[in-house]
Amino acid sequence: MSHPASTSIVVDGVSKYFTMRYQRTLKQMTVAAVKGREISDTFKALDDVSFTVEQGESIGLMGLNGSGKSTLLKLVNGVMRPDGGSVLTRGRIAGLIATGAGFHPQLTGRENVYLNAAILGMSEAETRRKFDEIVEFADIGRFLETPVGNYSSGMFARLGFSVAVHVDSDIFLADEVLAVGDRPFKKKCQQRMQEVRAEGRTLFYVSHAAGSVRKMCDRVIVLEKGRVGYDGDVAEGIKYLKYDPDDDSTPEVDEDDDLGADI
Amino acid sequence: MAESLTPEESGERDQRLVDAPLVSPAPPAGLREVFRRRYLLRLLVRREVSARYQGSVLGMMWSYINPMSQLFIYWVVMGMIIGRGTENFGIHVFCGLIVVHFFIETFGAGTRSIMRNKALVRKMAMPREMFPVASMLVSLYHMGPQLLILIVCCLFMGWTPTVVGMLGFLLAVLTMGTLGTALALTFAAANVFFRDVGSVVSILTNFIRFGVPMIYPFTLVQERFGAAAAYYLYNPIADAVLLMQQAFWVGTTDDPTAVQAHHIPDHLFAYSFLGLGISFVALAIGQFVFSKLENKIPERLT
Ligand SMILES: Nc1ncnc2c1ncn2[C@@H]1O[C@H](COP(=O)(O)OP(=O)(O)OP(=O)(O)O)[C@@H](O)[C@H]1O
Ligand SMILES: [Mg+2]
Repeated sequence: MSHPASTSIVVDGVSKYFTMRYQRTLKQMTVAAVKGREISDTFKALDDVSFTVEQGESIGLMGLNGSGKSTLLKLVNGVMRPDGGSVLTRGRIAGLIATGAGFHPQLTGRENVYLNAAILGMSEAETRRKFDEIVEFADIGRFLETPVGNYSSGMFARLGFSVAVHVDSDIFLADEVLAVGDRPFKKKCQQRMQEVRAEGRTLFYVSHAAGSVRKMCDRVIVLEKGRVGYDGDVAEGIKYLKYDPDDDSTPEVDEDDDLGADI
Repeated sequence: MAESLTPEESGERDQRLVDAPLVSPAPPAGLREVFRRRYLLRLLVRREVSARYQGSVLGMMWSYINPMSQLFIYWVVMGMIIGRGTENFGIHVFCGLIVVHFFIETFGAGTRSIMRNKALVRKMAMPREMFPVASMLVSLYHMGPQLLILIVCCLFMGWTPTVVGMLGFLLAVLTMGTLGTALALTFAAANVFFRDVGSVVSILTNFIRFGVPMIYPFTLVQERFGAAAAYYLYNPIADAVLLMQQAFWVGTTDDPTAVQAHHIPDHLFAYSFLGLGISFVALAIGQFVFSKLENKIPERLT
């Protein structure tokens, strides 16, 4: 199968199974086996998911909790490999998965910035050049020199987002980045992501907030229990999810909605 | 909902042409890839060096206190209480202890490395062989000062380095680093699936301490087992300890030539190269096992 040069992501018939283990110790497993109970069970977190993304497209990935959004992003960024089907991507990938960055809790913010950037493929010189910008955007003050394990979840997310967004990537993944940020930071993030989008990077945006998806994305994919339930136009997709708050919301909530708060 | 769109929001954007092939996003794995990404490896090693004793007051000192205390125990118990007649027994033990400690640290810390870095493993795409390899390099780094202590002691006792001795020393370190990494790879992956593995490793390391001619001289093995002592030399760790003794301890004795003839087995280099060969085979197996298990590692880390 060949794809044009403008293709950014190809997800083709992808499945991912997870094992659910009910019993862990030998004793528990023996007891369960004797009683004829199940020891483990596999379930499909992703089931035959297929879609293609063009470079520069901005996709809103939506779906209920546990529908497989974070799992799909982990396959796209290469942390996990699919059990069936294939995932192909073009260019460098950066982003956040499941709200947090891959930070080491014992390292300071500064050390984590360097480590994270190196894992994402940035050289030492490149990181040093962007370091001030990253720190300024995260705006966590002198906590930069303390272990990130002690950060508030908002601070953790700020630094993670800041590193990810400053990497010169071709694909940007944003999994509920705005969930824990405070209001000014949410605004700043949205602005920055609009810039990312304007630069022609492919954007994968996971959110439960219809308003921010509407602003940010030009296509919506809805996952339902690991299957693609809807793929297409944004307004239709939000309607499909019945997330549209138009009928039962106060103006105050509506405004929050724009900034990506949960509904 | 009427929205006034800024230019950005209206979807005007740059055309970005990405000059890269369409490939699987999972990073190429394997040991070769680890050494290709040296900058990342360096960062990991640096962070391990500073993190291994993080939160302790004595910090790095523990990497000396630990082997020194073992040296002290063996020296007092074996040297003074049991009283074997080995010349410069302290040096004899210390030579072995340095490589054995290097090996055990590589093995132990390497086994724990994936679990300890699970925050990274779970979310970042990178060759995960990085972590056991970094553990090996950190252990190597910690070996430096111990070597320094040993060399100073030896010089003080009239030791002069020999070419053969030093080549043997390098061979010993290379073999232990290779074998340690091999085991660390296998056990690090297994440790993710069964935490029992960590306990198994500490039992194994106890066997290692007593399975090498460190706290007893090799001559004792020869006396007890006669020709069967040759099998003892198929253990690469035992060879490494003997190479260390040949490199350092022999030179500190009153009559090095006689000690070499009496205490160091013939064909030690032949056995040692065999040991190096075994270690590389083990490394290949370790890499194979690791790649087989690696796929499931991120999802099993909880
Ligand atoms: N490592 C794992 N082992 C077993 N099950 C897992 C694992 N990771 C995820 N799952 C399961 O896979 C399903 C999909 O999880 P995922 O995190 O992708 O959901 P999500 O769509 O991101 O949900 P949310 O909106 O809450 O973030 C869930 O039922 C979850 O329990
Ligand atoms: Mg999620």
